[in-house]
Order: sequence, then structure tokens, then C-alpha cells
Amino acid sequence: MSEIQTNDTGGKKKKGGSKQKKISVFVDFTPMVDMNMLLITFFMLCTSLSKPQTMEINMPSNDKKITDADKSMVKASQATTLLLTGGDSIFYYNGQPDYKDYNSLKLTSYNASGIRAFLLKKNSVAVGQINALKQKKLELKITQDQFTKQASVIKNGKNTPVVIIKATDKATYKNLIDALDEMEICNIGVYVIDTITRGDRFLLKNRETKGAFSRVASAK
Amino acid sequence: MSKVKVARKSTRIDMTAMSDVTVLLLTFFMLTSTFVKKEPVQVTTPASVSEIKIPEVNILSILIDPKGKVFMGLDKQADMVETLTNVGKDYGISFTPEEMKKFKIEKTFGVPIKSMKAYLAMSSEDQDKVLKDEGIPTDKLDNQFKSWIKNARAANKDLRIAIKADKNTPYKVIKDVMTSLQDLRENRYNLITSLKKDSGK
Repeated sequence: MSEIQTNDTGGKKKKGGSKQKKISVFVDFTPMVDMNMLLITFFMLCTSLSKPQTMEINMPSNDKKITDADKSMVKASQATTLLLTGGDSIFYYNGQPDYKDYNSLKLTSYNASGIRAFLLKKNSVAVGQINALKQKKLELKITQDQFTKQASVIKNGKNTPVVIIKATDKATYKNLIDALDEMEICNIGVYVIDTITRGDRFLLKNRETKGAFSRVASAK
Repeated sequence: MSKVKVARKSTRIDMTAMSDVTVLLLTFFMLTSTFVKKEPVQVTTPASVSEIKIPEVNILSILIDPKGKVFMGLDKQADMVETLTNVGKDYGISFTPEEMKKFKIEKTFGVPIKSMKAYLAMSSEDQDKVLKDEGIPTDKLDNQFKSWIKNARAANKDLRIAIKADKNTPYKVIKDVMTSLQDLRENRYNLITSLKKDSGK
């Protein structure tokens, strides 16, 4: 393969016509392979093949000029507040917090049977529609663009739940990403990351102490 | 006695095919890969199911390590120079052309502006050692981070902000960074994650 056969006609002429002499030039590719291997090793070690994924989030502006009239109010029945406390536990409550009953704050986890099951159930109408839409896309009835458009209409529909995510200082970045991930999985269109309030801290403490805080508060 | 003749075989192996394969592999690696950016701290991003890829140009990356130190990086050298000049102006420090030149080849930076001059005077090995323990101050009293973001935005309008934080970073630090960004009306940004292998569906 790496041999080249040349017809050597030049040079000394012998008696009785030109006799063709065959010279084979054998090119040794071993150093070439060595060098290539080195380069491959270098590229494998110094580069990253996969580009990192991202999550796009839009935060509300905390402009002081916005009056209460401009703020959109959420129906209490649609709102769910998640309190991330670090570790593998999430506390949540529906609508308005009930400061008297410590059981209104429920404990769940990041597992598929935990917060995801709850949110999927709560958002069952939209999830059903999205799944039907996905099926349509698989059958190539609609294009990707149409799918994204229609999905966002469903996600931001009127009766879809609104989730408020509040994290305590003990929570880690992973907790936040996991919570945002659940929003993606459960097709929640509207969610906010908010700062934790005193009321929420009270709720957490109250649950920890099994209602001791609310008993003190009501005794006053 | 009969002589046993051992035929001398040539042990030469034809390397042409091998060379073909390696060249192919090399081409593949060169075309598909992007170089790893030098980062002062090791950061493991949390996994998510999000499948959006990050754009390649006009990125302002904010790197947050588990201890809460904040670093920044810009992908365009012209923006780096402009940002440094303006941040220097804010704090009454001017930089010489040599310092500028040294600063603009940096991939990630993150020292308080007061010690920037001393930092730029160091050799690059010393810089690597020092940078790990520094970080841009983000506290309320002296929020240099805000100044950096503001001037980076002024230097390049199309800048996208990408936050890359370690999964064990306390939320408190993330909150500080996010509020600083909100104060500057930077309400859209990307959170860098890695792909989750098992979506659990």
C-alpha cells in the first residue's frame, strides 16, 4: 500500500536497449501514527465534547415604582408555595398559609412520588393536553414550532397553578435547580422565585415544634 | 542431517491504514470539541432535564464556588478592556496599557478592584494561586460585583448572563447575586446545568 513502484529509466544506459529497473519506495508511516496518537490524546484531554445545558429564567423586576395595582394577583386556590429547606425535604402549602394549624404545611421530597406527583395532579388538565400534543408531534401531525407555540398557550392558560418557590438560607443551589426542574417536568407555566418572609419562617418553626408557636401566639 | 530452513519473514507492518484511522479520529475531535476554559475553582453543576444549549458568543459568565466566592469572565477581549477601564474609573483607579494587555487575555477574573493592580503585576503562576482565595465582593457595603456587571453591560449590549454555580453553594450567595442582578434590571439570565441522565419519567 505504501509502496510506490517507479520505472527507473534514467541514469546509466546499458548495452542492448533500455532495461527497466524497478525500485520500490516504501514509506514508513509509523512516526506519522505516533504523532497522530499524541495529538488525539491531547485533544481528548483538553477539550469538552458536550456543551453545557442551561435553564433560562426570567426574574421579576424589583423596581420600587411598581404599585400594588400593577402587580398581578394570584387566586389563592391556584397558588402553591414551596419552601426549600435544604437536604431532601420540601415543605409546601396551598393558597393562603394557615398559621394556626401546623399540619397545613406538608412535607414532601424531591422524588418522583413526592412533589412531582402532587404538582402533576394539581396541573392534570394542562399535563393531559401537553401529552396529547406531544403524541401529535410524534405522529408528525404538527411541527416543532407549532408544538412550542401551542404548549406555551396551554401552560399559561387561565386555570393552571402558580408556584411560588421560596428557599431558606440553608438550601443549596442544587435544591433550587431541582425545584425549577420539577416545574419543567410538570409543565407549570407560571412560577416565581421569591424571598422567604417572616411568616414562612414562622410556619417552618411551628411545624418543627408541632404547633407550639401557634399556641403561644393564640395565648397572647 | 537435514537442514531445517526457517524462512525469514519480514516483520514490517503496513501502517497506512492505521494512519488513516488516526487522522480521521483527529479530524473528528478537532471539529466537535470546544476547549475547556481555565477556571480558578472546581465547580460541579447540578443536573437538570433542560435541553437548551448555551450560545457561544457574547457570554458573561458568573462563576460561584461552593464557598460563595464569585468570579466573572467575558468572552470578548475588547469588552474586557472597556469594562476594566470603566470599573477602574468608578473606583478612581487607572490602569496602564501593559496592565490592560495582561488583563484582557485572562479567562476568568475575580479580585477586589483595590488589589487588581498588584494582581496584574504577578506572574501567571502566582496569579493562579492567588485567584482561588479571592473573589469579587458582593456584600451590601461594597458591591463591586454590581459595578462589574453594569460596566460589562455598557460595553456590550448583546451580552447574555450565564450563572454557573456549584451544586453545594448555599442559596444565600445565589440570592445575593440574583438580587444584585435584579437591582440592575438584568431580569433574564441562564443557569448552567449539566444533563440529567435519568429524567425519572
